Amino acid sequence: MKVSSGEFKGNARKQLADAALQSNLRRFGGGFADRRRDALVKVDDFESLRDRAASIRAEVLENLDYWLLKFEAEAQRRGTQVHWAETGAEANQILLNIARQAGVQRVVKSKSMVSEESGLNDVLTEAGMTVTETDLGEYILQLAGEPPSHIIAPAIHKSRDEVSDLFVKHHGTPRTDDIPALCEEARGQLRPHFLAADMGVSGGNFLIAETGSVTIVTNEGNGRMVTTLPRVHVAMTGIEKVLPTLEDLSAILRVLPRSATGQDITNYVSILTGIRDDGAMDGPQENHVILVDNGRSQLLGSDLHDALRCIRCGACMNHCPVYQNIGGHAYGWVYPGPIGAILTPAYLGLDKALDLPQASTLCAACEVVCPVRIPLPELMRVLREQELTQGLRPWHERLSIRLWRWLALHPRLYAFAARWGTRALRWLAGKDRLLHRLPGLDGWTEGRDMPAPQGETFRDQWRRKQSADRKIIPIRVGSSQSKKTAGLEK
Amino acid sequence: MRIGLFITCLVDAMRPSIGFATISLLEAAGCEVIIPEAQTCCGQPGFNSGDRASGTALGLAFLRDFENFDAVVAPSGSCIGMIRDYPALFKDDPALQTRFQTLTNRCYELTDFLVNHAPHTLSPGQSDLAVSYHDSCTGLRQLGVKSQPRTLLASQGVEVREMKDAEICCGFGGTFSIKLGDIATQMADKKCTHALETACDAIVGGDLGCLLNIEGRLRRRGDTHTQVKHVAEILADSLAQAPSEPS
Repeated sequence: MKVSSGEFKGNARKQLADAALQSNLRRFGGGFADRRRDALVKVDDFESLRDRAASIRAEVLENLDYWLLKFEAEAQRRGTQVHWAETGAEANQILLNIARQAGVQRVVKSKSMVSEESGLNDVLTEAGMTVTETDLGEYILQLAGEPPSHIIAPAIHKSRDEVSDLFVKHHGTPRTDDIPALCEEARGQLRPHFLAADMGVSGGNFLIAETGSVTIVTNEGNGRMVTTLPRVHVAMTGIEKVLPTLEDLSAILRVLPRSATGQDITNYVSILTGIRDDGAMDGPQENHVILVDNGRSQLLGSDLHDALRCIRCGACMNHCPVYQNIGGHAYGWVYPGPIGAILTPAYLGLDKALDLPQASTLCAACEVVCPVRIPLPELMRVLREQELTQGLRPWHERLSIRLWRWLALHPRLYAFAARWGTRALRWLAGKDRLLHRLPGLDGWTEGRDMPAPQGETFRDQWRRKQSADRKIIPIRVGSSQSKKTAGLEK
Repeated sequence: MRIGLFITCLVDAMRPSIGFATISLLEAAGCEVIIPEAQTCCGQPGFNSGDRASGTALGLAFLRDFENFDAVVAPSGSCIGMIRDYPALFKDDPALQTRFQTLTNRCYELTDFLVNHAPHTLSPGQSDLAVSYHDSCTGLRQLGVKSQPRTLLASQGVEVREMKDAEICCGFGGTFSIKLGDIATQMADKKCTHALETACDAIVGGDLGCLLNIEGRLRRRGDTHTQVKHVAEILADSLAQAPSEPS
């Protein structure tokens, strides 16, 4: 897919000015967040379920190599072929080879974010195959020629009217804006594709090491058809998705749907193991799993390690006020919202996504809902630190931080700067005591005024009040002496 | 109880009345208030911009200035949140980390201190104000400040009219409000709309950064009458109108 994570600011500006998108975002608003909240009311102790899920994910990452090899052995034992891909391009090539060897012409897909990372659809289309997305949202986006804007609700940025228009244009059917009728129409369109497909491509929400199974968690049922009807099934997923046991899966499934859509459980949870048994009616004759690294192993043991716990529920973006105001496309790659602000720079390179770690007020709304307790704001701060130390921030920003820190470490100068700064601001303010424009701070004053400082600084007023009251207070000005009393040499 | 007051940069420069209101509230709650003059900033603007040294260097300065009080109070959840993060920055020096932990365990956001840790409760007041309260993020999510300001406002007879999405960020976020000003503006705009829907006399919060952001948007929208106030100002005004000795 086209990457525009480096143009976040411009993207966001465009999205803010897009009236249709804004109306769609407002209409949906906190829908998922509300449903999550309602779902949690019915659970006794969701916090301990989060603890359990977080520790399962943390523990598996501690021994990722072991669990992946275990998965491979168990999968192979049941007739599944396991492939390892270091990059997205390599994953595409592996899949293309499988398709060619099996003489595949028609491919149906259920949702796979990893295949969005690798740009699989373009590769298969260029190789002369037809690819049909069968997740309703993904299908809509395939018609529209757009990437997903949300990891679990990919077409959330589209209104019912826009979908109606697309269907008229591509299906040539009479226009309807009745949602069940639209779903029925998509269903009718997709059915022949399921029946005719030679290959089904799915993602994998989880890999189960003890049974060599791929688990997919879906609501529409398309995933089942994609993985059972065609003679070849390929699951493409990230190496971090492994869980040791079905018991662990059970624990994770207690938090995933509730965090994602507010469902107690999704309509379908499929545990796909091996190939069609002799004499069985359905199931693939060939079953493949492509384990994709694409930057993940570099995160292991790094300061961003905890991001690998992610189970792709989307709760962070559902609760992120930045995401809720600009939508997912502004983030410019596969993963939007807070987790995207971490994974995009981590996978594509920090220099390709400079604004993403800055695209947060660090309000921590994401952190308090993350079912696996990823410290998302802290990881964004870590990336900000990397940007600064690698010299990736603008020179004036680096200079002002240093200058500010130096000032803040010199109390008298700091007080002096505050005194004259506030005087200047008061002088610049109009009679309404507001600053309508501030040189160098256009980012603020474009859409907001800055209330002018009230008057003298607190320190100056306080000092004067103290000398007037003759009240004795310990004033500690000499910092060098105080440093010694605190016993700090640095 | 000897309290070290951490005044915060924004209150010092932009709205000193919050500082004086804080002093009167702390004194009314039976505290002796001391203001170490060498204090500057908690370091958050630099730290959150990726400059770790801002956190560590200013953390050490804070330790130097505030270690010898019974408690430290600031009229800001955001600054106290940063201060509570200091111990994690000194993992490599266990002795120092312990000192930080001991200190930061007794550093409180103002309303939290007044409700849960002060020697006396504030005497009741009879305000006729109706306000809407914005829950600032760090206070709310890191420090658990939610009921405390509402309890205090109610004790002064102030009616709190809950706005929609009171817990959603106003868009300030420190340097975010400048770096990504247009997103911040839209977030502030929603906050203003939700607050005004309550037909309140004043929008009230516990962090001046948020209040400047909200007021800045409100004024740009052309609203010149709705007040935007720090909770300390509302409470201190009410106490001043009904002066009585603390119990």
